[in-house]
Amino acid sequence: MAAQPRSRRETWRLLFLISPSLFWLVVFFLIPLIVVLAISFGQRGTYGGVRWDLTLENYARFFDPLYLRIFGRTLVIALTTTVICLLMGYPLAYFIATRPPRWRNTLLVLLMIPFWTNFLIRTYAWLLLLRDQGFVNAFWTGPLHAVFAQLALAVPLGIWEPFLQATSAPLTLFGTDGAIIIGLVYGWLPDMVLPCYAAVDRLDYSLVEAAQDLYANRLRSFLRVILPLTLSGIVAGSILVFIPSLGAYVTPDLLGGAKSIMIGNVIYSQFMSARDYPFGSAISFVLMAVMLVGTLIYFRLGRE
Amino acid sequence: MAKYAVELKGVSKHFGPVVAVDTVSLSIGDGEFFSLLGPSGCGKTTTLRLIAGFELPTEGDVYIDGQLQGETPPYRRPVNTVFQNYALFPHMTVFQNVAFGLEMQKVSKEEIRQRVLAALEMVQLPGMENRKPAQLSGGQQQRVALARALVNHPKVLLLDEPLGALDLKLRKAMQLELKALQHRVGITFIYVTHDQEEALTMSERIAVMDRGQVLQVGTPEEIYEQPADRFVADFIGETNFLEGQVQERQAGEAEVVVDGVLTLYVPTPPLPPPTLGRMKGGGGNEAGGYCSHPAGENLPPPPAARPTSRAGSGAGSGLHRHRHALSGATHRQDHRDRASAER
Repeated sequence: MAAQPRSRRETWRLLFLISPSLFWLVVFFLIPLIVVLAISFGQRGTYGGVRWDLTLENYARFFDPLYLRIFGRTLVIALTTTVICLLMGYPLAYFIATRPPRWRNTLLVLLMIPFWTNFLIRTYAWLLLLRDQGFVNAFWTGPLHAVFAQLALAVPLGIWEPFLQATSAPLTLFGTDGAIIIGLVYGWLPDMVLPCYAAVDRLDYSLVEAAQDLYANRLRSFLRVILPLTLSGIVAGSILVFIPSLGAYVTPDLLGGAKSIMIGNVIYSQFMSARDYPFGSAISFVLMAVMLVGTLIYFRLGRE
Repeated sequence: MAKYAVELKGVSKHFGPVVAVDTVSLSIGDGEFFSLLGPSGCGKTTTLRLIAGFELPTEGDVYIDGQLQGETPPYRRPVNTVFQNYALFPHMTVFQNVAFGLEMQKVSKEEIRQRVLAALEMVQLPGMENRKPAQLSGGQQQRVALARALVNHPKVLLLDEPLGALDLKLRKAMQLELKALQHRVGITFIYVTHDQEEALTMSERIAVMDRGQVLQVGTPEEIYEQPADRFVADFIGETNFLEGQVQERQAGEAEVVVDGVLTLYVPTPPLPPPTLGRMKGGGGNEAGGYCSHPAGENLPPPPAARPTSRAGSGAGSGLHRHRHALSGATHRQDHRDRASAER
């Protein structure tokens, strides 16, 4: 929005001002990106290096059902995470934004405090909660089971049987897609809440009153006025949750066990274990392309 | 059909310790152009919102068309509001804005189309249906807000300082347009403003408010000529206040001596027991000076012409302010003489 720089001198000054950021982006983002792109056309060397026999084989390999299935699961997990974050985050954001100003800051701080803890530690905490010997199952097979046992003694009817059966064995929470989703939702919820909060905060409440004045009940004034006008927050929040969820690898690694891996894990293993840099690079680029397309679609939708 | 379009009986609204509206009782007739006039913070907008349903009274009852409103939400009240900032839906076109209320009432698409276009014609905005509010000027937005409210044929239209954001020329033009519109449509208008000229120009009756209370309800003439208390006299027009002492009270009249030299005979409405002593003038109850007198308007001659010391009224349009000439030449110094009236 600045006017065109009139003089050469101004151009140089502008360049000077942005040169640190420019340097960082070029050296640590753009150049590595180009290197990865280049490698993706190469082939794995015998000892893990890159043999520069250019080929499209790596991209073709990606379309194997094995990898496609993993990618499909990744998409589903990321989408589910985004939807759950939306369903939980938007009402929370709306609630906070409609409190008196004094409360709002307190509530926001309360929301953010857990996120001052290291991400890895928080994810481990979920592991402790969800695994077979974890806290949830300790409660499930312990006190809860005991309660049903007591009820069965007190009221000797057959109805207690299924409950007793269910609570006698631990629930398989850990090592499932569900555990990954829980971990991801927990990790990315603030990224949904904050943009939605900003959008709701910006809303002119007199518009809601106008809608009610014009015979719209609370539900309809929400659907016709509040929702469309806070859509920008929803779009921003969704992108901020979806993209990282697509590329997640720590969470599925810790919470997913052996069977639930996401594409991020595949890329990681290509680089770390298999030492197949070209293949890993190719998958990375496919992932980036999908993220880009998804973001563009979402932006278009948001603008309608 | 109830006797009154809107009635407030002993309505109060408290926001915590703050009393925004203090025991207000009003009766607004069907088809009347009624204004709530007062300075900022006097409670006039809150009173309007109580009628609309955006606030619920702490005490008292609100009746619309004879029906007690109680806790009825705004979307079930047969009133529509024109907001001060217009509150047009920015993500909808002009057409969709105006059609909104009709849509919510499940009116058929053809009827919606007809009525919306007619409403836009009525506010003189034909052809604007497909524009977005951001593409309109302030005056145009205001008229869309008006159309959006009127298209629903409400029993009462509530207007919250709708002309505040317009420039003077446009405001004057819109005042006349609104008045004409109200005549044509015949709906009760309740108009909130802090601009007395606006209220005096447009209204059939005005309620003057201050600090949550209604100080006086009357026609513009009544408010102007016979302000009920000092605040009203001070707020309306330009007033000179004369301090005097009430010497005597007789039926309907009080003899007031100002500064020992001027005797005024002031008509007074029936009163609780009079208090003798030093009082400040302001017309009406407790004696004293008069507000400026508008020339050119067809006002009845002042009651009992004697007490006034008004300078002559001239012909001419608009408000013409008179300074009260208390020169020795016009009045006798002897305090026993009555002040001569001049016309």
